[in-house]
Amino acid sequence: MTFRRKGAAMMAAALAVALSLGACSQGGTDGGDAPTGSPVLMNGTEPQNPLIPTSTNEVGGGRIIDNLFARLVYYTADGETKMDMAESVTSDDDQVWTAKLKAGQVFSNDEPVDAAAFVDAWNWAANPANAQLNASWFSIIEGYEDVQDGTADTLSGLEVVDETTFTITLVAPDPNAVIQLGYSAYSPLPKSAFDDIAAYGQNPIGNGPYKLASDDAWQHDVQIELVPNDKYTGDRQPKNVGVTYVFYQDNKAAYNDILADNLDVLDQIPNDFMESFVAELGDRAVNETGSLFQSFTIPSRLEHFDGDEGALRRQALSLAINRQEICDTVFAGSRTPAKEFSSPLMPGWSDSIPGNAILGYDPTEAQRLWAAADAISPWTGQFKIAYNADGPHAEWVQAVLNSIHNTLGIETAPDPYPTFQASRTVITDRTIQSAFRTGWQADYPSIYNYLAPLYSSAAADGQGSNDGDYKNPQFDAELAAGLSETDMADAAVQFNKAQEILLRDLPAIPLWYQNIIGAKSTNVSNVLFGWDTVPIAYLIEKAA
Amino acid sequence: MGWYIGKRVLQMVPVFIGATLLVYAMVFLVPGDPIQAMFGERAVNPNVAAQIRQQYHLDQPFINQYLIWLGGIFQGDFGTSFSGRPVIDEIAQVYPTTVRLALMALVLEAVLGVVLGAVAGLRRGRWFDSTALVLSLLLIAVPTFVMGFLLQAVVGVKLKWLPVTVGADVSLRSLLMPAFVLASVSIAYVLRLTRTSVAENAQADFVRTARAKGLGAGQVVRRHILRNSLIPVVTFLGVDLGALMGGAIVTEGIFNIPGVGNKLFQAIIRGQGPTVVSLVTILVLVFMLTSLIVDLLYAALDPRIRLV
Amino acid sequence: MDESGLGQIDALDESVPPASLWREAGRKLVRRPSFIVAAVMILIVVAVTCFPGLFASGDPNSGCFLASRFGGPSAGHPLGFDQQGCDIYTRIIHGARPSVLVGALTMLTVLLLGGTVGALAGWRGGWLDAILSRLGDIFYAIPTVLAALVFLNSQKDRSGVVMVVLVIAAFAWPQMARITRGAVLAVKNADFVTAARALGVSNRRILVSHVLPNAAAPMIVTATVSLGTYIVLEATLSFLGLGLPLTMHSWGSQISAAQGLIRTHPEQLLWPSAALALTVLAFIMLGDAVRDALDPKARR
Repeated sequence: MTFRRKGAAMMAAALAVALSLGACSQGGTDGGDAPTGSPVLMNGTEPQNPLIPTSTNEVGGGRIIDNLFARLVYYTADGETKMDMAESVTSDDDQVWTAKLKAGQVFSNDEPVDAAAFVDAWNWAANPANAQLNASWFSIIEGYEDVQDGTADTLSGLEVVDETTFTITLVAPDPNAVIQLGYSAYSPLPKSAFDDIAAYGQNPIGNGPYKLASDDAWQHDVQIELVPNDKYTGDRQPKNVGVTYVFYQDNKAAYNDILADNLDVLDQIPNDFMESFVAELGDRAVNETGSLFQSFTIPSRLEHFDGDEGALRRQALSLAINRQEICDTVFAGSRTPAKEFSSPLMPGWSDSIPGNAILGYDPTEAQRLWAAADAISPWTGQFKIAYNADGPHAEWVQAVLNSIHNTLGIETAPDPYPTFQASRTVITDRTIQSAFRTGWQADYPSIYNYLAPLYSSAAADGQGSNDGDYKNPQFDAELAAGLSETDMADAAVQFNKAQEILLRDLPAIPLWYQNIIGAKSTNVSNVLFGWDTVPIAYLIEKAA
Repeated sequence: MGWYIGKRVLQMVPVFIGATLLVYAMVFLVPGDPIQAMFGERAVNPNVAAQIRQQYHLDQPFINQYLIWLGGIFQGDFGTSFSGRPVIDEIAQVYPTTVRLALMALVLEAVLGVVLGAVAGLRRGRWFDSTALVLSLLLIAVPTFVMGFLLQAVVGVKLKWLPVTVGADVSLRSLLMPAFVLASVSIAYVLRLTRTSVAENAQADFVRTARAKGLGAGQVVRRHILRNSLIPVVTFLGVDLGALMGGAIVTEGIFNIPGVGNKLFQAIIRGQGPTVVSLVTILVLVFMLTSLIVDLLYAALDPRIRLV
Repeated sequence: MDESGLGQIDALDESVPPASLWREAGRKLVRRPSFIVAAVMILIVVAVTCFPGLFASGDPNSGCFLASRFGGPSAGHPLGFDQQGCDIYTRIIHGARPSVLVGALTMLTVLLLGGTVGALAGWRGGWLDAILSRLGDIFYAIPTVLAALVFLNSQKDRSGVVMVVLVIAAFAWPQMARITRGAVLAVKNADFVTAARALGVSNRRILVSHVLPNAAAPMIVTATVSLGTYIVLEATLSFLGLGLPLTMHSWGSQISAAQGLIRTHPEQLLWPSAALALTVLAFIMLGDAVRDALDPKARR
């Protein structure tokens, strides 16, 4: 979940919420230490799709889905993968994986969470006839192609062994496959869901730490009320009596509510309050390093951005941007200048990859490189950066362009598209005639997930999210080498070697990492943000 | 009378079809593929995309889409939004809020506008009149969104007199500030309209006659001046109800009110043709009906108008 | 912001002004203090619109340094700096052009389009009147902000002054058409028209030399008053991020950029808002004065 569809669309992607819980009674609210008080009020946005795990790919619905469903594994706040529904997920050859479920687990309506609940849900979601937005997640499983072209109804790579065991055969060996299985698309569904999937999507029955408070808990465009699901026996036991996500169209409205204590947890601060929010909120303010990477991409098909000339101009532009100053002023310290292409929260992140001086600010060198490019072919026209005006991008785009204008003396102009939809379409069909903003947040905690989907040759030409159609076989080879490492630390070292190539070619120009910025009310405690920058709902405690 | 109403209703049919077709065409022209946007920055699965397009008739030519939608309307089916909800549910959810907001605005403009306007009109040229005139000019000149932010910051955040935003709490109290902002320009119009009208009637022959008859000043004002002056005001108020409902987009956004304006804005941004057109259709219907009622009322109030 | 507005008020008195009205109106106008004030303000605004370079020497798209972000007033920078470190005064001066340009061009377009349609409908009557009136109703029934929102969303690549003018005019002309139609209808059967017809004057000549000059008063009043409304509408669209390119620095987009600073840096919101409000005020006062001068009922 990597995109922001609306300004209010909150700052991150919402999938796995997690933290390992040491002391927590198994088995729900029957214990003597059941939490008391009123529900925790958290900010959210109206889900844009039915509340089905494989239909939901945006943050508004994602954060709800994550509380309503549990998968084989979950992620801790540090990005560690732990067992949730599964007792174990193992493999001898990294290609055929065996998932063994804990016995006796049920959905909130007492239907069993068995092997079939997983396999049926995945088969159903992979089938294009069911129009699930997350269908492509199952492309790692054998038989996916046959289901896509209609020659098969189910994935041949999924097999139920017994009531609590099933096997997953991958298309190719992957030592880290378990990490991916924590993504929300890999949730199970109860049998009754398929009776009337449309009704189910409005009123889902799940197996996660929370369930809907009532049949009409989802008040569209207003809020959704969740209460603890006492049938859930996993680690993520709620420490509150419920969570209500209040939907805001405008994050300034949410900010005003947190000031007035009408909201308990806010996971983003409107740009305009960046300077004042720490002063206004004191120790209720949150500002930590986050995992959203922001950049802008200059496709090489643009005039003056191909070949040697293009390489020089990209480097000159990168050196012309005073990232530190923009982070300090425009963002009031809520962004951290980028040192590479992933996020400081990723295991194995390094701030000293050779060649990252290109991400510094050096006006003289920038002018020299720009002049060298002019010697190849003189610069003409305006330099524009496109962005979607329904997101909070106008101010920093203008600041970046001013920095470029002041350093290189060229004419610049912001190029807003009214909606995410409009900008996305021209980027995808490659008709856009300017540079454009890009941003990425991993779906699971790995540097690899910041690189492969964006810069690998396989992801170019509309096959992935490589919007600049960057292709470099050397980079592909380094990535592949990293992927074959079984040890996570070794893999990260290898991925960082691949990044050296990116720092030379600059397929995207890294800008900064977005911090986790938020706020809490005076009534709540233990507000923690996960590795994906989403506040962890079940851990929050609220005074009665 | 019956014939006149019949004729007016008949005239509404082409207007209704024209207006909905126009809006449908505009939404259809919104650039970008809504289905592609549903996939975010990820690669689009073409099979899934095709399935969704078929589901929402997006694979059909524009005019077919419109006809399918129009056909549905006559069976009470407004289609389904991308979030899987019947559009009729969305309409039922957002309209009461906006109607409440618009009615509150209407009451505010009627009360404030008529009272201030009448006093100003009776004291034409005096300081109260001048102040009211300047005030009304300011209300017109300060754009709604500026007025909204100003009141929000002062009355809501600084003084804490009223809630800053509305959200789920659609109470009279929380709607008061947005209703005033929404009504602000109209308050000025009603004020000026009442003022002119009252000032004119105050010098009319029938008022002079009434005075000569020895009627008390209060009675003259109530019975003769106000009653006659309010005809154009009522007309304006009636037509304004539709305009208030349609003009609530900015106000609802600033105050986070879950009404028609907010829903419309979201639907436009996401290219949800059926939702946009269905919401606008109701606005158009409200507008046409209030116009009709106003015309009838006008005729009833003013005997000089013949219904032909 | 809504198109019904003052026009409807004006629509209530569609009486035909006698020929001497114009001279008398002119004499009355120059004696009115509000007209003098409005005229002076408009002259200034127009001068700024035509020659922004005379008032602010800087380039509004240059000289923005974050180091001077929110800097207070200093020599050569009377209003200080905005959140990008740009000179506020320069931006305000250059923001006049889009507002006035859109307002004036929209007014002319509406006058032309609405006037023509209204005159045709009123003069010809019959089925043409019916069709044109229903066509007007269609556009009238759709709220202008909404229509502009949808339409400008769909025309990203062609954004600019012409587009914004056309969109606002497309949904604002029916009001002008109604007023013109009413005025033409009122004149159509006047004695001097009947006389001209009896003398064998051609239809077109009657329309051009007798009917239109007499229908002009309500049209001009409506047009002047609406101008302020169109400027507000442009600002609203810019505020919503639609229409004009950001490099034009419309006051609306300046307000939009400063909207969240109302607590921390209220002056950022104040300057463009004041510029906008004063400009609108000037045009509305002008319209008000012109209407009073032309209104036979007010001639006492």
